[in-house]
Amino acid sequence: MSGESAGGRFLPRERDWHPPALAPDYRSSRLRSPRAPLLSLPSTLSEETGPVFGHVSIGELDHDLVHNYAAAGASALGPRILVHGYVRDQSGRPLPHTLVEIWQANAGGRYRHPNETYIAPLDPNFGGCGRCLTDADGHYRFQTIQPAPYPWPNGPNSWRPAHIHFSLFGEAFAQRLVTQMYFEGDPLIELCPIVQAIPRADAIDTLVARLDMDAALPMDMLAWRFDLVLRGRDQTYFDNRTEGL
Amino acid sequence: MAEDKLLHESPSQTAGPYVHIGCLPNFCGIGGVYAADPGSVLVNADTRGERIAITGRVFDGEGEPVKDAVLEIWQADAAGVYPSASDPRGDADPNFFGWGRAAADLATGEYRFETIRPGRVPFAEGRLQAPHVTCWIVARGINMGLQTRIYFADEAEANAQDPLLALVEPRARIDTLIAASDGDGSYRFDIHLQGARETVFLDI
Ligand SMILES: [Fe+2]
Repeated sequence: MSGESAGGRFLPRERDWHPPALAPDYRSSRLRSPRAPLLSLPSTLSEETGPVFGHVSIGELDHDLVHNYAAAGASALGPRILVHGYVRDQSGRPLPHTLVEIWQANAGGRYRHPNETYIAPLDPNFGGCGRCLTDADGHYRFQTIQPAPYPWPNGPNSWRPAHIHFSLFGEAFAQRLVTQMYFEGDPLIELCPIVQAIPRADAIDTLVARLDMDAALPMDMLAWRFDLVLRGRDQTYFDNRTEGL
Repeated sequence: MAEDKLLHESPSQTAGPYVHIGCLPNFCGIGGVYAADPGSVLVNADTRGERIAITGRVFDGEGEPVKDAVLEIWQADAAGVYPSASDPRGDADPNFFGWGRAAADLATGEYRFETIRPGRVPFAEGRLQAPHVTCWIVARGINMGLQTRIYFADEAEANAQDPLLALVEPRARIDTLIAASDGDGSYRFDIHLQGARETVFLDI
Protein backbone atom coordinates (compact mmCIF):
# COMPACT_ATOMS: atom_id res chain seq x y z
CA MET A 1 0.00 0.00 0.00
CA SER A 2 1.68 3.19 -1.18
CA GLY A 3 -0.04 5.86 0.86
CA GLU A 4 -0.31 7.98 -2.28
CA SER A 5 -3.49 9.75 -3.28
CA ALA A 6 -4.72 9.82 -6.87
CA GLY A 7 -3.65 13.43 -7.43
CA GLY A 8 -0.40 13.68 -5.54
CA ARG A 9 1.02 15.96 -2.90
CA PHE A 10 -0.08 19.52 -2.30
CA LEU A 11 2.18 22.51 -2.64
CA PRO A 12 3.11 24.00 0.70
CA ARG A 13 1.02 27.00 1.69
CA GLU A 14 2.63 30.39 1.08
CA ARG A 15 2.38 31.58 4.65
CA ASP A 16 3.71 35.07 3.82
CA TRP A 17 0.87 35.55 1.31
CA HIS A 18 -1.85 34.86 3.91
CA PRO A 19 -2.48 36.97 7.01
CA PRO A 20 -0.42 35.89 10.04
CA ALA A 21 -2.31 34.37 12.99
CA LEU A 22 -1.52 37.43 15.13
CA ALA A 23 -2.48 40.76 13.59
CA PRO A 24 -2.55 43.07 16.67
CA ASP A 25 -4.66 45.76 14.95
CA TYR A 26 -7.36 43.10 14.59
CA ARG A 27 -8.04 42.85 18.31
CA SER A 28 -9.76 39.48 18.35
CA SER A 29 -6.63 37.84 16.94
CA ARG A 30 -4.57 38.70 20.02
CA LEU A 31 -5.90 35.91 22.25
CA ARG A 32 -6.89 33.56 19.46
CA SER A 33 -3.54 33.25 17.68
CA PRO A 34 -1.25 30.27 18.24
CA ARG A 35 2.28 31.40 19.15
CA ALA A 36 4.24 28.19 18.55
CA PRO A 37 5.33 27.54 14.95
CA LEU A 38 3.01 25.29 12.96
CA LEU A 39 4.22 21.71 12.54
CA SER A 40 5.07 21.52 8.82
CA LEU A 41 5.13 18.27 6.92
CA PRO A 42 4.22 17.05 3.43
CA SER A 43 0.56 16.22 2.85
CA THR A 44 -0.59 12.64 3.44
CA LEU A 45 -3.62 10.73 2.23
CA SER A 46 -5.58 12.38 5.08
CA GLU A 47 -5.14 15.84 3.54
CA GLU A 48 -5.10 14.76 -0.14
CA THR A 49 -8.64 13.42 0.14
CA GLY A 50 -11.79 15.35 0.95
CA PRO A 51 -15.56 15.15 1.14
CA VAL A 52 -17.57 14.91 -2.07
CA PHE A 53 -20.73 16.99 -1.85
CA GLY A 54 -22.29 15.70 -5.06
CA HIS A 55 -24.93 13.91 -3.00
CA VAL A 56 -25.99 17.06 -1.14
CA SER A 57 -29.20 18.14 -2.72
CA ILE A 58 -28.74 21.79 -3.48
CA GLY A 59 -32.14 23.49 -3.51
CA GLU A 60 -33.30 25.47 -6.51
CA LEU A 61 -33.04 28.78 -4.61
CA ASP A 62 -29.95 28.03 -2.54
CA HIS A 63 -27.79 30.28 -4.78
CA ASP A 64 -30.43 33.04 -4.85
CA LEU A 65 -30.22 35.18 -1.70
CA VAL A 66 -32.71 37.64 -3.18
CA HIS A 67 -35.42 35.01 -2.85
CA ASN A 68 -34.30 32.07 -0.68
CA TYR A 69 -35.59 33.62 2.57
CA ALA A 70 -38.27 35.87 1.09
CA ALA A 71 -42.01 35.46 1.43
CA ALA A 72 -43.81 34.21 -1.67
CA GLY A 73 -43.80 36.97 -4.26
CA ALA A 74 -41.41 39.15 -2.23
CA SER A 75 -37.69 39.77 -2.56
CA ALA A 76 -34.86 41.13 -0.43
CA LEU A 77 -34.28 44.89 -0.21
CA GLY A 78 -31.18 46.43 -1.74
CA PRO A 79 -29.31 46.71 -5.02
CA ARG A 80 -29.70 43.41 -6.87
CA ILE A 81 -26.34 41.96 -7.89
CA LEU A 82 -24.94 38.88 -9.53
CA VAL A 83 -21.67 37.53 -8.12
CA HIS A 84 -19.83 34.97 -10.22
CA GLY A 85 -16.42 33.60 -11.09
CA TYR A 86 -14.24 30.53 -11.40
CA VAL A 87 -12.71 28.30 -8.76
CA ARG A 88 -9.33 26.97 -9.88
CA ASP A 89 -6.27 25.44 -8.30
CA GLN A 90 -2.84 27.04 -8.35
CA SER A 91 -1.98 25.44 -11.68
CA GLY A 92 -5.09 27.02 -13.21
CA ARG A 93 -7.10 23.82 -13.38
CA PRO A 94 -10.84 24.42 -12.85
CA LEU A 95 -12.36 22.71 -9.82
CA PRO A 96 -15.73 21.33 -10.94
CA HIS A 97 -18.68 20.30 -8.74
CA THR A 98 -17.18 21.70 -5.57
CA LEU A 99 -19.21 23.30 -2.79
CA VAL A 100 -19.17 27.10 -2.40
CA GLU A 101 -20.98 28.60 0.61
CA ILE A 102 -21.48 32.33 1.22
CA TRP A 103 -22.93 34.55 3.94
CA GLN A 104 -23.36 38.29 4.24
CA ALA A 105 -25.04 41.25 5.93
CA ASN A 106 -28.15 42.81 4.44
CA ALA A 107 -28.41 46.09 2.53
CA GLY A 108 -28.26 47.99 5.84
CA GLY A 109 -25.16 46.15 7.10
CA ARG A 110 -27.11 43.98 9.55
CA TYR A 111 -26.63 40.22 9.97
CA ARG A 112 -29.43 37.83 10.88
CA HIS A 113 -27.68 36.28 13.90
CA PRO A 114 -28.37 35.99 17.66
CA ASN A 115 -25.07 37.74 18.55
CA GLU A 116 -25.67 40.70 16.20
CA THR A 117 -26.32 44.05 17.91
CA TYR A 118 -26.11 46.66 15.13
CA ILE A 119 -29.04 49.12 15.07
CA ALA A 120 -29.69 48.79 11.32
CA PRO A 121 -32.94 46.90 10.73
CA LEU A 122 -33.36 43.30 9.69
CA ASP A 123 -34.94 42.74 6.30
CA PRO A 124 -37.76 40.22 6.82
CA ASN A 125 -37.09 38.91 3.31
CA PHE A 126 -33.34 38.38 3.66
CA GLY A 127 -31.61 35.49 5.44
CA GLY A 128 -28.04 35.99 4.23
CA CYS A 129 -26.90 32.47 3.32
CA GLY A 130 -26.33 30.84 -0.05
CA ARG A 131 -24.57 27.86 -1.56
CA CYS A 132 -23.96 26.18 -4.89
CA LEU A 133 -21.73 23.62 -6.57
CA THR A 134 -19.37 24.85 -9.29
CA ASP A 135 -20.28 23.60 -12.75
CA ALA A 136 -18.12 21.36 -14.96
CA ASP A 137 -15.89 24.36 -15.78
CA GLY A 138 -15.43 25.40 -12.15
CA HIS A 139 -17.83 28.32 -12.52
CA TYR A 140 -20.13 29.47 -9.71
CA ARG A 141 -22.89 32.06 -9.67
CA PHE A 142 -24.98 33.70 -6.94
CA GLN A 143 -27.63 36.34 -7.06
CA THR A 144 -27.94 38.50 -4.01
CA ILE A 145 -28.18 42.09 -2.81
CA GLN A 146 -25.26 44.43 -2.27
CA PRO A 147 -24.33 44.21 1.43
CA ALA A 148 -23.57 47.48 3.24
CA PRO A 149 -20.48 48.30 5.31
CA TYR A 150 -21.04 47.99 9.05
CA PRO A 151 -19.40 49.18 12.29
CA TRP A 152 -17.75 46.69 14.63
CA PRO A 153 -16.21 46.82 18.10
CA ASN A 154 -12.48 46.83 17.31
CA GLY A 155 -11.10 50.37 17.51
CA PRO A 156 -13.10 53.45 18.53
CA ASN A 157 -14.56 53.86 15.02
CA SER A 158 -14.02 50.67 13.03
CA TRP A 159 -16.05 49.84 9.93
CA ARG A 160 -15.87 46.77 7.73
CA PRO A 161 -15.86 47.38 3.98
CA ALA A 162 -18.84 45.80 2.23
CA HIS A 163 -18.03 42.10 1.87
CA ILE A 164 -19.34 38.62 1.24
CA HIS A 165 -17.89 35.68 3.20
CA PHE A 166 -16.88 32.64 1.12
CA SER A 167 -16.24 29.04 2.24
CA LEU A 168 -14.65 26.60 -0.23
CA PHE A 169 -13.79 22.92 -0.21
CA GLY A 170 -12.06 22.04 -3.48
CA GLU A 171 -11.47 18.32 -3.88
CA ALA A 172 -9.19 17.68 -0.90
CA PHE A 173 -9.26 18.81 2.71
CA ALA A 174 -5.83 20.43 2.14
CA GLN A 175 -7.67 23.00 -0.01
CA ARG A 176 -10.21 24.01 2.63
CA LEU A 177 -10.43 27.81 2.66
CA VAL A 178 -12.56 30.58 4.12
CA THR A 179 -12.13 34.10 2.82
CA GLN A 180 -14.03 37.31 2.04
CA MET A 181 -14.85 39.13 -1.18
CA TYR A 182 -14.67 42.93 -1.34
CA PHE A 183 -16.00 45.39 -3.91
CA GLU A 184 -13.78 47.39 -6.27
CA GLY A 185 -13.59 51.04 -5.27
CA ASP A 186 -14.63 50.66 -1.62
CA PRO A 187 -12.57 53.24 0.37
CA LEU A 188 -12.97 51.17 3.57
CA ILE A 189 -10.75 48.36 2.22
CA GLU A 190 -7.64 50.38 3.03
CA LEU A 191 -8.85 51.13 6.56
CA CYS A 192 -9.87 47.64 7.62
CA PRO A 193 -7.49 45.80 9.99
CA ILE A 194 -8.89 42.42 8.91
CA VAL A 195 -8.09 43.12 5.26
CA GLN A 196 -4.80 44.83 6.09
CA ALA A 197 -3.67 41.79 8.09
CA ILE A 198 -2.84 40.42 4.63
CA PRO A 199 0.80 41.48 4.26
CA ARG A 200 0.87 42.23 0.51
CA ALA A 201 -1.15 44.71 -1.54
CA ASP A 202 -1.15 42.38 -4.56
CA ALA A 203 -2.62 39.64 -2.37
CA ILE A 204 -5.37 41.96 -1.10
CA ASP A 205 -6.14 42.89 -4.70
CA THR A 206 -7.07 39.27 -5.48
CA LEU A 207 -9.94 39.52 -2.96
CA VAL A 208 -11.45 42.58 -4.67
CA ALA A 209 -14.26 41.74 -7.09
CA ARG A 210 -14.43 43.70 -10.35
CA LEU A 211 -17.53 45.23 -11.86
CA ASP A 212 -18.41 42.98 -14.80
CA MET A 213 -20.68 44.81 -17.25
CA ASP A 214 -20.57 41.91 -19.71
CA ALA A 215 -22.32 39.70 -17.17
CA ALA A 216 -24.75 42.37 -15.91
CA LEU A 217 -28.42 41.73 -16.69
CA PRO A 218 -29.85 44.88 -18.32
CA MET A 219 -32.65 46.50 -16.29
CA ASP A 220 -32.16 43.86 -13.61
CA MET A 221 -28.76 43.29 -11.95
CA LEU A 222 -25.20 44.58 -12.00
CA ALA A 223 -22.58 41.84 -11.93
CA TRP A 224 -19.33 41.39 -9.99
CA ARG A 225 -16.60 38.98 -11.02
CA PHE A 226 -14.66 37.19 -8.30
CA ASP A 227 -12.29 34.31 -9.10
CA LEU A 228 -10.88 32.06 -6.41
CA VAL A 229 -7.73 29.97 -6.31
CA LEU A 230 -7.29 26.95 -4.04
CA ARG A 231 -4.06 25.10 -3.26
CA GLY A 232 -2.50 23.18 -6.14
CA ARG A 233 -0.76 19.85 -6.33
CA ASP A 234 2.95 19.48 -6.86
CA GLN A 235 3.02 19.30 -10.68
CA THR A 236 6.62 18.12 -11.01
CA TYR A 237 5.61 15.06 -9.05
CA PHE A 238 2.41 14.62 -11.05
CA ASP A 239 4.06 15.18 -14.47
CA ASN A 240 6.71 12.60 -13.73
CA ARG A 241 4.17 10.04 -12.74
CA THR A 242 2.00 10.49 -15.81
CA GLU A 243 4.78 10.66 -18.38
CA GLY A 244 4.00 8.51 -21.40
CA LEU A 245 0.27 8.29 -20.70
CA MET B 1 4.07 23.90 -15.27
CA ALA B 2 7.02 25.80 -13.82
CA GLU B 3 6.75 27.11 -10.27
CA ASP B 4 6.77 30.74 -11.46
CA LYS B 5 3.62 30.15 -13.52
CA LEU B 6 1.67 29.03 -10.51
CA LEU B 7 -1.18 31.18 -9.29
CA HIS B 8 -1.25 32.28 -5.68
CA GLU B 9 -3.87 30.73 -3.44
CA SER B 10 -6.65 33.18 -2.52
CA PRO B 11 -5.60 34.76 0.78
CA SER B 12 -7.53 33.58 3.81
CA GLN B 13 -9.75 35.88 5.86
CA THR B 14 -11.40 35.21 9.19
CA ALA B 15 -14.77 33.44 9.17
CA GLY B 16 -15.89 36.12 11.65
CA PRO B 17 -18.51 35.89 14.38
CA TYR B 18 -21.41 35.12 12.05
CA VAL B 19 -19.95 32.06 10.31
CA HIS B 20 -23.05 30.10 11.33
CA ILE B 21 -25.21 32.03 8.86
CA GLY B 22 -23.43 30.47 5.90
CA CYS B 23 -22.32 27.17 7.41
CA LEU B 24 -25.09 26.22 9.87
CA PRO B 25 -28.04 28.53 9.13
CA ASN B 26 -30.64 26.47 10.99
CA PHE B 27 -28.40 26.53 14.09
CA CYS B 28 -28.53 30.34 14.20
CA GLY B 29 -32.25 30.61 13.55
CA ILE B 30 -32.34 30.93 9.76
CA GLY B 31 -34.87 28.22 9.01
CA GLY B 32 -36.45 27.18 5.77
CA VAL B 33 -33.54 27.87 3.42
CA TYR B 34 -31.66 24.56 3.72
CA ALA B 35 -33.67 21.51 4.81
CA ALA B 36 -30.96 20.67 7.34
CA ASP B 37 -27.56 21.95 8.40
CA PRO B 38 -24.54 19.89 7.44
CA GLY B 39 -24.33 17.74 10.52
CA SER B 40 -22.18 16.69 13.41
CA VAL B 41 -23.55 13.11 13.29
CA LEU B 42 -21.49 11.15 10.74
CA VAL B 43 -23.10 7.75 11.23
CA ASN B 44 -26.36 6.08 10.29
CA ALA B 45 -27.74 2.69 11.34
CA ASP B 46 -25.73 0.86 8.66
CA THR B 47 -22.35 2.52 9.13
CA ARG B 48 -19.64 -0.04 9.88
CA GLY B 49 -17.42 0.42 12.91
CA GLU B 50 -17.28 1.26 16.58
CA ARG B 51 -19.44 4.24 17.53
CA ILE B 52 -17.59 7.02 19.27
CA ALA B 53 -18.39 10.56 20.33
CA ILE B 54 -15.84 13.38 20.46
CA THR B 55 -16.64 16.39 22.60
CA GLY B 56 -14.63 19.33 23.81
CA ARG B 57 -14.15 23.06 23.83
CA VAL B 58 -11.84 25.56 22.18
CA PHE B 59 -10.06 27.94 24.60
CA ASP B 60 -8.39 31.28 23.97
CA GLY B 61 -5.13 32.56 25.48
CA GLU B 62 -6.86 33.54 28.71
CA GLY B 63 -8.57 30.18 29.09
CA GLU B 64 -11.99 31.50 28.04
CA PRO B 65 -14.07 29.16 25.87
CA VAL B 66 -14.39 30.31 22.25
CA LYS B 67 -18.16 30.19 21.96
CA ASP B 68 -18.37 31.30 18.34
CA ALA B 69 -16.07 28.59 16.94
CA VAL B 70 -17.10 26.20 14.18
CA LEU B 71 -15.24 22.91 13.83
CA GLU B 72 -15.06 20.44 10.98
CA ILE B 73 -13.68 16.93 10.97
CA TRP B 74 -12.54 14.63 8.16
CA GLN B 75 -11.64 11.01 8.74
CA ALA B 76 -11.32 7.57 7.20
CA ASP B 77 -13.91 4.84 7.61
CA ALA B 78 -13.53 1.90 9.99
CA ALA B 79 -11.23 0.16 7.50
CA GLY B 80 -8.98 3.20 7.06
CA VAL B 81 -10.37 4.18 3.62
CA TYR B 82 -11.43 7.73 2.79
CA PRO B 83 -14.81 8.22 1.08
CA SER B 84 -13.17 10.44 -1.54
CA ALA B 85 -12.42 10.17 -5.24
CA SER B 86 -8.77 10.92 -4.38
CA ASP B 87 -8.39 7.74 -2.34
CA PRO B 88 -7.08 5.33 -5.00
CA ARG B 89 -8.23 2.29 -3.03
CA GLY B 90 -11.93 3.09 -3.47
CA ASP B 91 -14.65 1.04 -1.82
CA ALA B 92 -15.12 3.15 1.28
CA ASP B 93 -18.15 2.36 3.43
CA PRO B 94 -21.11 3.78 1.44
CA ASN B 95 -22.83 4.60 4.74
CA PHE B 96 -20.03 6.83 5.93
CA PHE B 97 -19.48 10.35 4.59
CA GLY B 98 -16.29 11.01 6.57
CA TRP B 99 -16.94 14.71 7.11
CA GLY B 100 -18.86 16.62 9.73
CA ARG B 101 -19.36 20.16 10.97
CA ALA B 102 -20.30 21.35 14.46
CA ALA B 103 -20.79 24.71 16.09
CA ALA B 104 -19.54 25.36 19.59
CA ASP B 105 -22.54 25.89 21.84
CA LEU B 106 -23.21 29.64 21.97
CA ALA B 107 -23.62 29.48 25.78
CA THR B 108 -20.99 26.94 26.85
CA GLY B 109 -18.59 26.56 23.91
CA GLU B 110 -19.00 22.77 23.91
CA TYR B 111 -18.91 20.93 20.57
CA ARG B 112 -19.81 17.32 19.89
CA PHE B 113 -19.35 14.88 16.98
CA GLU B 114 -20.85 11.40 16.73
CA THR B 115 -18.78 9.21 14.45
CA ILE B 116 -16.89 5.90 14.28
CA ARG B 117 -13.34 5.04 15.25
CA PRO B 118 -11.32 5.47 12.05
CA GLY B 119 -9.07 2.69 10.78
CA ARG B 120 -5.36 3.15 10.16
CA VAL B 121 -4.46 5.06 7.03
CA PRO B 122 -1.36 4.28 4.94
CA PHE B 123 1.64 6.59 4.87
CA ALA B 124 4.66 6.52 2.55
CA GLU B 125 7.06 3.55 2.43
CA GLY B 126 4.53 1.02 3.61
CA ARG B 127 4.15 2.63 7.01
CA LEU B 128 0.79 3.16 8.69
CA GLN B 129 -0.58 6.21 10.45
CA ALA B 130 -2.27 5.80 13.82
CA PRO B 131 -6.09 6.21 13.80
CA HIS B 132 -6.77 9.94 13.65
CA VAL B 133 -9.37 12.53 12.76
CA THR B 134 -8.39 15.72 10.94
CA CYS B 135 -9.87 18.74 12.68
CA TRP B 136 -10.23 22.29 11.33
CA ILE B 137 -11.25 25.28 13.43
CA VAL B 138 -12.52 28.71 12.41
CA ALA B 139 -13.82 31.61 14.50
CA ARG B 140 -13.71 35.36 14.87
CA GLY B 141 -10.06 36.31 15.46
CA ILE B 142 -8.67 33.30 13.57
CA ASN B 143 -7.26 34.71 10.33
CA MET B 144 -6.74 31.33 8.73
CA GLY B 145 -8.51 28.09 9.59
CA LEU B 146 -6.41 26.10 12.05
CA GLN B 147 -5.74 22.47 11.33
CA THR B 148 -4.90 19.82 13.87
CA ARG B 149 -5.42 16.08 14.41
CA ILE B 150 -7.30 14.10 17.01
CA TYR B 151 -5.55 10.87 18.02
CA PHE B 152 -6.88 8.44 20.63
CA ALA B 153 -5.37 7.80 24.06
CA ASP B 154 -6.23 4.08 23.93
CA GLU B 155 -4.19 3.54 20.74
CA ALA B 156 -0.83 3.85 22.46
CA GLU B 157 0.92 1.26 20.30
CA ALA B 158 -0.22 2.79 17.00
CA ASN B 159 0.47 6.30 18.29
CA ALA B 160 4.05 5.30 19.09
CA GLN B 161 4.54 4.37 15.41
CA ASP B 162 2.75 7.36 13.92
CA PRO B 163 4.94 9.38 11.51
CA LEU B 164 3.31 12.73 12.35
CA LEU B 165 3.40 12.31 16.12
CA ALA B 166 7.08 11.38 15.77
CA LEU B 167 7.80 14.94 14.59
CA VAL B 168 6.24 16.76 17.55
CA GLU B 169 8.73 18.79 19.60
CA PRO B 170 8.97 19.19 22.52
CA ARG B 171 7.62 15.69 23.13
CA ALA B 172 5.30 16.82 25.91
CA ARG B 173 3.19 18.65 23.31
CA ILE B 174 2.06 15.28 21.84
CA ASP B 175 -0.56 15.19 24.60
CA THR B 176 -2.32 18.16 22.98
CA LEU B 177 -3.15 15.91 20.00
CA ILE B 178 -4.55 12.99 21.98
CA ALA B 179 -8.19 12.72 22.98
CA ALA B 180 -8.74 11.33 26.45
CA SER B 181 -11.13 8.41 26.75
CA ASP B 182 -14.07 8.90 29.11
CA GLY B 183 -15.02 5.24 28.58
CA ASP B 184 -18.06 3.98 26.63
CA GLY B 185 -16.61 5.24 23.35
CA SER B 186 -16.68 8.81 24.42
CA TYR B 187 -13.61 11.01 23.97
CA ARG B 188 -12.72 14.48 25.12
CA PHE B 189 -10.60 16.76 22.92
CA ASP B 190 -10.06 20.32 24.09
CA ILE B 191 -8.21 22.75 21.86
CA HIS B 192 -6.04 25.55 23.28
CA LEU B 193 -5.38 28.32 20.78
CA GLN B 194 -2.63 29.89 22.88
CA GLY B 195 -0.74 29.55 26.16
CA ALA B 196 1.10 26.85 28.08
CA ARG B 197 -1.17 24.11 26.76
CA GLU B 198 -1.30 25.42 23.17
CA THR B 199 -2.43 22.68 20.77
CA VAL B 200 -0.03 21.61 18.04
CA PHE B 201 -1.41 23.07 14.80
CA LEU B 202 -0.36 21.74 11.42
CA ASP B 203 0.94 23.19 8.18
CA ILE B 204 0.32 20.13 6.06
FE1 LIG C 1 -18.84 39.98 7.90
